[in-house]
Amino acid sequence: MSADLTDDSVIRFARGVRLQHDRVRERWIIQAPERAFIPDPIAAEVLKLVDGTRTLGQIIADLATRFAAPVDVIGRDVHVMVNDLMTRQVLVV
Amino acid sequence: MTKTILSPMSLLAELTHRCPLQCPYCSNPLALEPRRNELSTAEWISVLDQAAEMGVLQVHFSGGEPMSRPDLPELIRHAVGLGLYTNLITSGVLLNAKTFPALVEAGLDHVQLSFQDIDTANAELVGGMKGAQARKIEAARLVAADGMPLTLNFVIYRENAGRVPQMLEAAIQMGARRVEIAHTQYYGWGLANREALMPTAAQLEQTTQAVEAARKKYEGRLTIDYVTPDYYADRPKPCMGGWGRRFINISPSGRVLPCHAAETIPNVAFPDVRHDTLDHIWREAPLFTMFRGTDWMPQPCRSCDQREKDWGGCRCQALALAGDAAATDPVCSRAPDHERVKAVLDTLPAAPPPFRYRRYARATDEVG
Repeated sequence: MSADLTDDSVIRFARGVRLQHDRVRERWIIQAPERAFIPDPIAAEVLKLVDGTRTLGQIIADLATRFAAPVDVIGRDVHVMVNDLMTRQVLVV
Repeated sequence: MTKTILSPMSLLAELTHRCPLQCPYCSNPLALEPRRNELSTAEWISVLDQAAEMGVLQVHFSGGEPMSRPDLPELIRHAVGLGLYTNLITSGVLLNAKTFPALVEAGLDHVQLSFQDIDTANAELVGGMKGAQARKIEAARLVAADGMPLTLNFVIYRENAGRVPQMLEAAIQMGARRVEIAHTQYYGWGLANREALMPTAAQLEQTTQAVEAARKKYEGRLTIDYVTPDYYADRPKPCMGGWGRRFINISPSGRVLPCHAAETIPNVAFPDVRHDTLDHIWREAPLFTMFRGTDWMPQPCRSCDQREKDWGGCRCQALALAGDAAATDPVCSRAPDHERVKAVLDTLPAAPPPFRYRRYARATDEVG
């Protein structure tokens, strides 16, 4: 497994994986080797902030502000989601 | 609505049928396309433009050996510029320190590299090319060293089925992110060599267990795609995710097909990009509309609760096994022709017969 995920982790897309807007179907997709995933709307908001420089904590703070939600609630959800996407080799730290 | 026309997701671009290897399970048709009939660079570029416009997200450059085409980097660069995800499906025998940098520079996203076996002697016997294994291992090293995601593809058949654990270990050693353990599918050359390739039920069970163990062991490091030989299944596979639903195959001469084996379907015209637009073919060509949705289905498919999950299985397999492309896929235990599948499995020879190698017809004539 990859290194442990903390709020200080800088997450990025694995090489060969990207978030892309599908203009024909009007939705966001994750392009990956020989598959395309459809992120749910919240995952798409998280992934739009993944730029290889922001820490996970910064992403969580940004979302908490924009959606006027408690940081600990958002943080818990985002950690679960990012862990899952790391297991699926979409994101790496 | 049973005939909803979705936008295609995925394009398989078979750039050429030329290949240095002669694998007897090749998915190409028995009648291989000669070089003189291949689409030009400009024709392929138009295909890519049209595909992106229609909503295709991923393009798989395949063959034959797609690296036999000198314009491959140009086609990749063009596809990348259109926002398409680019995948190269290669034998790797032409991928080396001289040829690979142009693919990286073109923006290639991913390489799928095929191995005939992990045992070198048998791999080269099956591929029909001496020295191929070392070239493939070097190709894997180059891709992994660059950091580009790498998938290894192992086609499984009777002779190599016992070596799946070693294949999975090798995938980790070579730095692959994904591996396909794909049992032979019995179309084209695979069908012609079925008696030599088909594993036993016990071998199939062994490979399934090896895959399950490796999925636990390598979770998060290695994604394993596992494809079984559906002759042993009770329910058919949802071939291509449904006929004319998400997948387009373009043959080297520009024929537009719902799957790579569709040229076996009788009594229908094969549309091609030299005479029509891709969008019009996808929507209107009889080859695409004839099995789209569920209206074409016979019983028991028509009233089956799986009809929009497996889409009646595979049309080419129905043709090959039941003699009728519109029949229920005989691998389904509910199919009227299911006994034919059992008969094939019950009469497998104790010792596999020699291979009929994948070659151009003329070459076969020349060697007698």
